[in-house]
Amino acid sequence: MAAPNKGRSSSAQSKPWRSLALILIAIVALTGGMFASGHTTPRLGIDLAGGTSITLGAVPENGNEAAINPTNMNTAVQIMERRVNGLGVSEAEVQTQGDRNIIVNIPKGTNSQQAREQVGTTAKLYFRPVLATEPSGGSATTNPSPSASSSGDPDKATGSESPSASASDSASQGATPSAGATTQGRAVTDALKADPSPSSSGSASPSASPSASGSATGDADGKLQAQYAALDCSKESVRATTGEGAKPTDSTVGCGEIQGVWYKYLLGPAAVDGTEVDDAQAVYDTQSGAGWKVQMDFTSAGAKKFADITGKLAQNQSPQNQFGIVLDGEVVSSPYVSQSITGGNAEISGSFTQEEAQGLANMLSYGALPLTFREESVTTVTAALGGDQLQAGLIAGAIGLALVVIYLLVYYRGLSFIAILSLIVSAALTYVIMSLLGPAIGFALNLPAVCGAIVAIGITADSFIVYFERVRDEIREGRSLRPAVERAWPRARRTILVSDFVSFLAAAVLFIVTVGKVQGFAFTLGLTTLLDVVVVFLFTKPLLTLMARRKFFASGHPWSGLDPKRLGARPPLRRTRRPAAGPVETKEA
Amino acid sequence: MSKLGNLGARLHRGEVGYDFVGNRKIWYGISILITITAIVGLAVRGLNMGIEFQGGAVFTTPKTSVSVSQAKEFAEEASGHDAIVQQLGNGSLRIQIAGIDTGQADRINQALAEDMKVDAEKINAELVGPSWGEQIANKAWQGLGIFLVLVVIYLAIAFEWRMAVAAFVALIHDITITVGIYALVGFEVTPGTVIGLLTILGYSLYDTVVVFDSLKEQTRDITKQTRWTYSDIANRSINSTLVRSINTTVVALLPVGGLLFIGGGVLGAGVLNDISLSLFVGLAAGAYSSIFIATPLVADLKEREPQLKALRKRVLAKRAQGADRGETVAVDDAGAPFDDHPEDAAPAVVGPRDQPAPRTRGRGRPSGKRR
Repeated sequence: MAAPNKGRSSSAQSKPWRSLALILIAIVALTGGMFASGHTTPRLGIDLAGGTSITLGAVPENGNEAAINPTNMNTAVQIMERRVNGLGVSEAEVQTQGDRNIIVNIPKGTNSQQAREQVGTTAKLYFRPVLATEPSGGSATTNPSPSASSSGDPDKATGSESPSASASDSASQGATPSAGATTQGRAVTDALKADPSPSSSGSASPSASPSASGSATGDADGKLQAQYAALDCSKESVRATTGEGAKPTDSTVGCGEIQGVWYKYLLGPAAVDGTEVDDAQAVYDTQSGAGWKVQMDFTSAGAKKFADITGKLAQNQSPQNQFGIVLDGEVVSSPYVSQSITGGNAEISGSFTQEEAQGLANMLSYGALPLTFREESVTTVTAALGGDQLQAGLIAGAIGLALVVIYLLVYYRGLSFIAILSLIVSAALTYVIMSLLGPAIGFALNLPAVCGAIVAIGITADSFIVYFERVRDEIREGRSLRPAVERAWPRARRTILVSDFVSFLAAAVLFIVTVGKVQGFAFTLGLTTLLDVVVVFLFTKPLLTLMARRKFFASGHPWSGLDPKRLGARPPLRRTRRPAAGPVETKEA
Repeated sequence: MSKLGNLGARLHRGEVGYDFVGNRKIWYGISILITITAIVGLAVRGLNMGIEFQGGAVFTTPKTSVSVSQAKEFAEEASGHDAIVQQLGNGSLRIQIAGIDTGQADRINQALAEDMKVDAEKINAELVGPSWGEQIANKAWQGLGIFLVLVVIYLAIAFEWRMAVAAFVALIHDITITVGIYALVGFEVTPGTVIGLLTILGYSLYDTVVVFDSLKEQTRDITKQTRWTYSDIANRSINSTLVRSINTTVVALLPVGGLLFIGGGVLGAGVLNDISLSLFVGLAAGAYSSIFIATPLVADLKEREPQLKALRKRVLAKRAQGADRGETVAVDDAGAPFDDHPEDAAPAVVGPRDQPAPRTRGRGRPSGKRR
């Protein structure tokens, strides 16, 4: 019974086809992408799919057993957790086992090799002045700093699995701005005699004042010389142990690769160290075409030291105007310095791949491990919950959703067709996007997330129930369907947006503040909330607009769910008076 | 169901309705009772934290033919706690049990060895730390705190501070009840539980916001009429969104109920229970509190405003007058703020004095009779 009044039929969304086409194209494109990428199922967490379990044992450095204490172990756990689960969505788990072991569990499908490198790397970073360098294998002609004392015993291999994420980077020549190089020949000795870090800011950075190190015996010096001379960086076994155990305050030797050639370095005491790196990101250098590089921001103390050391190095001649960026004993890059670099940031460039650059930036941001770890064992583990749990969850969820569909059918009749289609679209989008996020950002679904996704679909249904109820209210007012659909929309839209905003706020705050699994949850919540809005705006509303033009709905067919009679619409012109709906006591017979 | 459809219409027109606000004391009482029970349960029984939070013991068995599910049974029998059993690549089993100290570990080790018929020496027992460490927990609390502050600010801006307070109270109410149920039932608190709780947080607010939205809309011009008090309007807005509340709650609870009763009960999946119980209780509490707690609370707070107090007086006086004259006053479509006229698009509670002339078309004469 369409009411004879002419509501404003000017549709706020006069082109419903356009939105529908948009969302359908998006679904098709995403699904195509999903099949193209070959990841047709969402990646599952350890609880559902099992994965790899890495056991790492802490190694006492230089016989320092006391360092292996609960505090350091917990710090290591936290740092590793951040490294393997930076976004919080990868479902990796890190925990201590016993007094000196750490277990890292990575879900199936993640790159376990990469993860092993990430967690096992100590990520001790030092900026050391280069005293001498040459392609490895040749004879060394160096003028090492006479005041530098050599490290304890570099052969004390601590067996840390050192190949860091940047093991294969060639050190590029020329990170950091180089403008107006005026190198004045000054002996490196002078450069080093000057205290490279005058401000001992109480941070972990050593103040390398060579003359004060006192232990500069010719013997130790000679030993380092000899070591440098004998160093053969082309052998991997040698490289793995080179520079290990070197104290930051001592000179040391190191290996680095430049464009496929291994170079050996004689390095002075560390001028700045990794703890003074505040933050690091991987960026793509479009300017010089250098590809991926890592940009670092120093803390204020670090920035000052860095400016000092670069200022000093800039006055030296090659090779002593270079500093070596030494990560876990390996020289990952040895840029030339042509002027003091102020401003507190530096960059490491090399022929990084994106993953390597991100891995390195990750490690620098989250800091160095307080202990060195050795990989004790790597083994696969089966699902913690067994496959039956996921099956049970999916079956139960499917039954639950089927009940939802039945309920909607009974209550909304024809309208439920739109509701169910919206649910299907919502579920499909969620599934496809989660599948794609697996390879993209390491997103893995655990059982709670599966349950959350099932519930989220229920919450999506909430949005269009709000809208449908509005439409029905309009019809009860005696409006015909098309104006009812259009007039109900702005209000329903506001309600949907306000309530979804609250959910999204929760997701955003939790994602920014928290770490680990809570962060993963926040990500899922944010995703489903956004999808909810997208589906209601681009699918449910336009579809209802279109359907309103169909006779079946517009004429209020008894099975359309919009039958004015069943909804108890009042005849538009001769409305009966509505009885008092106030407090019960006013309702007189 | 057509009855329900009619009910919707009647609720919409305000023909039927439950006096939620008038009976608020009852509901407050019930809620306080449940909350106290929950707090007592928490205090007395405490929460049974899973291995992810408190660590526990890990037993690594030698290569064995015992199946994972068998081992799980053995371990749970020996320890009385939930166990996580995984098979390692070399065929050995890793069994993790929460809340075990060194002394118990030895005993369980013996029991496991007997059950699995292996040499107790060959089972390697070690304590494991929590994988959901203190840092994650602390950050989660921090995030929660920041979110609550922001959401109260947001609701205070989008609605008003009273609604923000009421929504906050309802939220705390939901969380307390859910956590209390966990303490009482003794289910293990796993990361899944926590995630369930966080989901509720969003949902509880969502539900409350929907009701508040309608409340805000219907009380926009409340002081321009003398027919209804704020409580009446609040009540009507609950009643008019009741169908929506029921539907959305049913729709949200059905899948969770499926998980809880079918997944957890029939198929015997333990972890599903952990998650879905918190969701189920929380969703139910959230729906309940948005109707019975949050909105009446807003009405309570609002009625303390001087202008609304005055309104209440006026309304009551008028009603008394009407009762004296023995007739009910004509009722405008307060619960139905829409009309065919565009200028009427602003929903409001319009008293007869404000009626625009065209609106008296064919009606508006007090008939004094209800059909």
